Amino acid sequence: MMHNPLLRKFLLVLTFFYGLSVFGNSVEVSSEEKGKDLKTEIDEYIQHHLKDSHDFSLFSYTDEAGEIHHVGLPLPIILWDNGLVVFSSSKFHHGEELVTVGDNTYKLYHGKIYKTDSEGTITYDEKHHATNDKPLDFSMTKSVVMIIITGLIMFFLFRGLARSYRTNGGIAKGAGRFFEPIILYIRDDIAIATIGEKKYQKYMPFLLTIFFFIWFLNMFGLTPLGVNVTGNIAITTALAILTFLITNLSATKTYWKHLVDPLGHSMPWYAKIPLYIILIPIELLGLFIKPFSLLIRLYANMQAGHIVIMSLIGLMFIFKNWIGSSLSFGLAFAISLIEILVAVLQAYIFTMLSALYFGFASEEHDHEEAPLV
Amino acid sequence: MEKLIEDFSIGLFFWQTLLFLALLFLLWRYAWKPILNAVNDREKGIRDALAAADEAKKEMQNVTADNEKLLKEARAERESLLKEAREIKEKIVADAKDIAQVEGDKLIKQAKASIESEKKAAVAEMKNQVAELSVEIAEKIIQEQLANKEKQLKLVDDMLGDIKLK
Repeated sequence: MMHNPLLRKFLLVLTFFYGLSVFGNSVEVSSEEKGKDLKTEIDEYIQHHLKDSHDFSLFSYTDEAGEIHHVGLPLPIILWDNGLVVFSSSKFHHGEELVTVGDNTYKLYHGKIYKTDSEGTITYDEKHHATNDKPLDFSMTKSVVMIIITGLIMFFLFRGLARSYRTNGGIAKGAGRFFEPIILYIRDDIAIATIGEKKYQKYMPFLLTIFFFIWFLNMFGLTPLGVNVTGNIAITTALAILTFLITNLSATKTYWKHLVDPLGHSMPWYAKIPLYIILIPIELLGLFIKPFSLLIRLYANMQAGHIVIMSLIGLMFIFKNWIGSSLSFGLAFAISLIEILVAVLQAYIFTMLSALYFGFASEEHDHEEAPLV
Repeated sequence: MEKLIEDFSIGLFFWQTLLFLALLFLLWRYAWKPILNAVNDREKGIRDALAAADEAKKEMQNVTADNEKLLKEARAERESLLKEAREIKEKIVADAKDIAQVEGDKLIKQAKASIESEKKAAVAEMKNQVAELSVEIAEKIIQEQLANKEKQLKLVDDMLGDIKLK
């Protein structure tokens, strides 16, 4: 996965910006401003990249006749609009055409599907936000496809590892062998260290799955495919909600008791009342702040990484001279290396903190004097 | 914040939750459980093997100690046997000496006794013979002396003279 990052980056640059000038145009072709400068174009391209997409575009180019060709895979659009509506994303022609299904007409505008009249009119409010109705969009987007691909890779990789133990006399073999130390690390230094020897086992599947899921998706985000899955707030929210649910559903009596009576028997009840007016709301708020911090941290880190890398790559095209461009190339390369570290770091932090919350929730023994934290 | 909420895609959230739970279940069933079991079994095997090795080492030490003890005992026994043998030998020698002494003494005594009796017998024999010889001699002398009268008288005189002297 990591061999020859230079070549990879080079390809990334090529892929992104070969398509840049035309993709920027194609996305904005129906919008009012046409003569945009390069900076706006790059900005819009980055914005476009950070969002989910309804088709799996690999690249696009303009031929000699000035026509734009997109290369990629169309994905199924699944809408809920008083009934299930399914059609291929290729019908939108990357937002250039309207799709009419039955009585309804749909328009792909800035990566979102709106219901319009037969002319495709988009109405705006004073903040330039589209006010058209949005049907519930359950489409298999690019992110969904990447999740499925990652899931398949994980499934076959780890099932292969699991099988190699059986066929190879308890010793790991094959590609999964590389991941065995990581699994052991998660078990010993994350799960056992934070949850404890007695109860860690029931949390292991979730911790392992979430670690590899986030890590692999982060790494995919660094490939030329450039899918920003873990930098999407919906994804991180879904993950954090799972952590939240597991934490609170597996919580022991001690945990709840500690939540409503954080000071325990350390002082008489009449002294606790004024403190608890402040403390209990904080404790209750903490219940939700913990998963919220998880989702924001992962989202912001991945989002920021993508923005920084793409901005630096964009700088190359703005400088248009060999010193500036090579400098920003070097910088983009360095940041890419850091992003590889961030990819594993964020997966680690998410897993570690989830395990920590599980550890709090499954704690058995009663604190006589709870720390004031 | 407003942008975040606007960007939030319910569809993606739905798919992510669904797919992640499916993945979690599949991996749980087909990967994590067998992997963790295999790793745990392997670790248990290693621990057991180490414990067994320790046990074997201890046993070996015990055996060596036992061997040494046995060797020591054997050596001590040999020593004591040798000592006993020496004592027995000495005793036998001493006994033999005593017996020999007694036997010798006895023999000597017997010899002395027989010598004495022999001597006495010899002396008695000699006395007898001397007496006989003397009588014979005396007979012969007397016969000769008594052949003439003068001599007979003289002899009587001498004898009488002797008797007087006595």
